[in-house]
Amino acid sequence: MSGPALHLAVEIDGDGAHPAAWRRAAHSPDQLLSPRRVARVAAVAENAGFTLITLDDGVLPPGAAPDPVGRIGAVERAAFVAASTSTVGIAPVVPVTYAEPFHVSSQLASLDHISAGRAGWVVTEEERPEAARAWGRPLVADADARARESRDGVEVVRALWDSWEDDAVIRSLATSRYLDRERLHYIDFTGDTYAVKGPAIVPRPPQGQLVVLGRPDRVPAAQLDVALVEGRDPASLTTAAAGAGAPRVFAEVEVALDTPEATAAERVADLERHAPWQDRGRLRHIGSAEQLVALLSDLSRHVDGVRLHPLVLDEDLAVLSRLVVPALSERRLVARPLPGTSLRSTLGLERPANRFAAAAPSGQEDAR
Amino acid sequence: MTRTDPLDVPRPHAQLHFGVFFQGVNHWTIWSAPDSGSQIDPASFRKVAQTAERGLFDAFFLGEGLRLREVDGKIHDLDVAGRPDAITQLAALAAVTRRIGLVSTSNSTFNEPADLARRLSGLDLLSEGRAGWNVVTTDNAWTGANFRRGGYLDHADRYRRAEEFLTVARALWDGWEDGAVADSAGAPAWSAPGAVHQVRHKGPQFEVDLAPTLPRSAQGHPVIFQAGDSGEGRDFAARNADVIFSAHGNDFDDALAFADDIRRRLRAVGRPDDDLRILPGTEIIIGATEEEAEEKKRWIRLQQVTPATALGIAGLLWGIDLSDRDADGPLPKEDPVVSENDGSFGARRIADPRTVVAEWRAKAEANGWSLRETVIALGPQRGHVGTPSGLADKFAHFVRHGALDGFNVTPYLIPDGLDDIVDLLVPELQERGVYRTEYSGTTLRENLGLRAPLTHRSAADRRQAG
Repeated sequence: MSGPALHLAVEIDGDGAHPAAWRRAAHSPDQLLSPRRVARVAAVAENAGFTLITLDDGVLPPGAAPDPVGRIGAVERAAFVAASTSTVGIAPVVPVTYAEPFHVSSQLASLDHISAGRAGWVVTEEERPEAARAWGRPLVADADARARESRDGVEVVRALWDSWEDDAVIRSLATSRYLDRERLHYIDFTGDTYAVKGPAIVPRPPQGQLVVLGRPDRVPAAQLDVALVEGRDPASLTTAAAGAGAPRVFAEVEVALDTPEATAAERVADLERHAPWQDRGRLRHIGSAEQLVALLSDLSRHVDGVRLHPLVLDEDLAVLSRLVVPALSERRLVARPLPGTSLRSTLGLERPANRFAAAAPSGQEDAR
Repeated sequence: MTRTDPLDVPRPHAQLHFGVFFQGVNHWTIWSAPDSGSQIDPASFRKVAQTAERGLFDAFFLGEGLRLREVDGKIHDLDVAGRPDAITQLAALAAVTRRIGLVSTSNSTFNEPADLARRLSGLDLLSEGRAGWNVVTTDNAWTGANFRRGGYLDHADRYRRAEEFLTVARALWDGWEDGAVADSAGAPAWSAPGAVHQVRHKGPQFEVDLAPTLPRSAQGHPVIFQAGDSGEGRDFAARNADVIFSAHGNDFDDALAFADDIRRRLRAVGRPDDDLRILPGTEIIIGATEEEAEEKKRWIRLQQVTPATALGIAGLLWGIDLSDRDADGPLPKEDPVVSENDGSFGARRIADPRTVVAEWRAKAEANGWSLRETVIALGPQRGHVGTPSGLADKFAHFVRHGALDGFNVTPYLIPDGLDDIVDLLVPELQERGVYRTEYSGTTLRENLGLRAPLTHRSAADRRQAG
C-alpha cells in the first residue's frame, strides 16, 4: 500500500466495455477510428484527473465475425495521444504470445520517450487459436505455454530496456566517441523457445523501466509493477489483492452508471438486447455515482488503485469526471497527476537501477 | 547554369518534391557542434517534421535499425546511434502535423504481415491518409539473433519474402470494402455483413488466415517506397512501389540514366512510365555566395569525418584495425586484407578493396593529401552545394528534364538542419514555378501526384475491361 491515495485507471478501447457500446456512443460508428475521436477520449480522461488510461488490443478484431469492429493498434493510439496530452499515464495492451519481444521493447521504450516518462504496458495473452493462424505461427495451445511466452517476453523486454545505461550517449569531443560502448550490453537471453542477443536500438526509456501491469496468475509477480486483480465481489477482490505480491495492486471494476437520461440498469438492459455483457469474473457496479464512490472508498483500504471499465465511454466517462472523481478528490482519496511527473513517480514507484550497470562496475571491462 | 525558357524542356510543368530523412545510425549527422540536438528527444522529431511541413515537403521519413552496428564484434561508437521505433514515433507526429506524409522504414524479413500491415493501417488512419511504408529486407543471421525467427533467409529469398509480404499486406488493406463501416448507431451491424473479407494466404513464405482489423484510409492504403539499387531491387520497385529512393541525385547524366532505366522497367511491367516518383537521397548545403557555401561544406566535412571516423572508414577498406594510426599522416603502407566476411555489420561492404586502395594511393600522392583528406575527398560525393538561386536553377533543370522528381534531404544537423532549405531555397524554387505554394491535397498519395493504389487500379481496370 502506498499511503491513502487511490489511483484511478480507465480502459478506453473502442466505445466501452460492452460489445454493443457503439449503439449508445455519441458519434456514428465510422467516426470511432478518426484521430479526433481518439484524441478526445484521452483528453476527457486526462481532464477528469485519471492517473492512467489503458488501451486494449490484440491481433484479432474485437467483436467476432460476422460483426468485426475496427481497432487501431494500441501502441499507435498510445503514441498519438501521448503527443496531445501532458499528464495522464498511457498504457497500451500488448500481448507477447506471438509478437517479437525485440519489436515490443522498442515500441514501448519509444512510447516512454514520446510521453516523457508517462508510459506503461499491460501484458496480456492471445488465447484464441485464430490468433496463431493470423500470425502464421504454431499454436501456443495451453495456458502454461502461454504463461511461459508472457514470462519470457517480459523478461526480454525488460532486459532490453536496461541494455543501454542511462548515460551511454557521451558525445565525447576528446575521444571522438558518440557512445561509450562499455555502457551498452548484450542481453544474451536464451529461453525455452527462442534467444535474443541485444542490445536495444532505443536508448533506455526515461523511466528506466516502464510501469508493467498484468495479472499475477499469468505473469510472475516479480516482473510486475502493478498486479491487476479480479473478483466478483469485494471480499474475493480483497483476498486476491492480499496475495498479489507485486509492488502495487489495482482492482478491475466494470461500471455502468446512472445518467440524467437513463438509469444504469436501463442502459445495460438496452445494450443486452443486442449482445450479452460477458462475465469475465470482474466486480461489476451497476448503479449511481454515489454508490460507486462508496464502493471505491471501501476498496481503497485494500488496493492501491482501480482500473475502471466503463459500459459506454461517451456516457459513463462523463459521469465519472463530473461526479465520481470530484467526490473522491473531496475525500482526499485521489489526487490528479502533476505535470512533469513520470507515471512511476505518480504511483510512488522508484526509478529502478540498471541491472547491467550494477553487474558490471565501471573499470572492470577495461581490464583486458 | 543559365536559365532556360521553362517551356522548352521535356517536362515544363514538372514539380519538385522534397522529403526529409531523419537519419539514425550514420556519420553524416553532426553530433559535435554546439547546436547539435538530441537524437531521441521527441522535440527533435517534432521540430524537423514541423519545419518540413512549413516548407511544404511531401514526406518525413524515418529509418529503422534492428541491431546496433558492429565492427569486428565491437559496437561502433563513433556515430550517432539510438533511435525510436519508426511507426511509434510517426504515430506521435501524426498528432502534431497536418499535411506532411509519414513514412516508416519497416523490415519485411523480421516482421509478420498481420502485425505490420495493421500497424501501418493504424498510422494511415491516425494521419488521415498520410502513411508510407519503405519496404526493406535483411539477409543476415546477425540481425536475426534479435528475433524469435533467428537468421533463416538467404539472400535470394529476401525479395521473394518481401513481395509475398506485400501481397498479403495489400489483401489485408483491401479486406474491408469501401463504406463497410455503419454511418449510424441504428445500423444492423457495426460493419456491413459480408463487407469484411477473411484473408487466406498460403505461399512459400507465409501461411496466414486472418480477419483484417481496419477499414481503408483516405488514400486507400499506405504509399509504398523502395530503396534497393540492384537490378533485383529496381524490378521490385517497378512491380510494387509508388516511390523509389535512389543514390543517383548528384550528377545530371547519372540521374537521367537511372530515371530512364526505371521508366523502361515500368513499361515492361505494364505501368505508365510516370507512375513512380524518383527521390534520390541528398544533402543540401547553402551559402549566400558560392565561396561561402564551399567554406561551409569544408567545415561540415571536417565535423562529419573526424580523425577517428577517417581511420574507421579506412580500416573498413583495408580490412585491418587502423585506429592507432595518424589520420593526418599518409595512407597505410599495407595491402588491404580481403576476406569473405569483413566483420563489419550494418556498415557498407566494399566490393573490391584492392582497386579502391590503389586509386586512393594515386590520388593522395598526386594531391599531397593526408589520410583524412583522402577519405573526405574520395568518399561518397553527396549532395548539392551553392546559393539558393543557383541551386534552384539546377534543381529546376533536373526535374524539368526528367532526371528525378525531387530529393529526400538528409539534414547534417538535427533539429535545425532544414531551416536554410525551407527559408531560402524553397522561395527560389517557388519563384521558378517548380515548387508548390500550398499542399495540393490532404493525403500523401495526392501530394505526390500519384494514381490510385495498384490493387485498386487493377480492380478498376478489370471493371473497365469487363
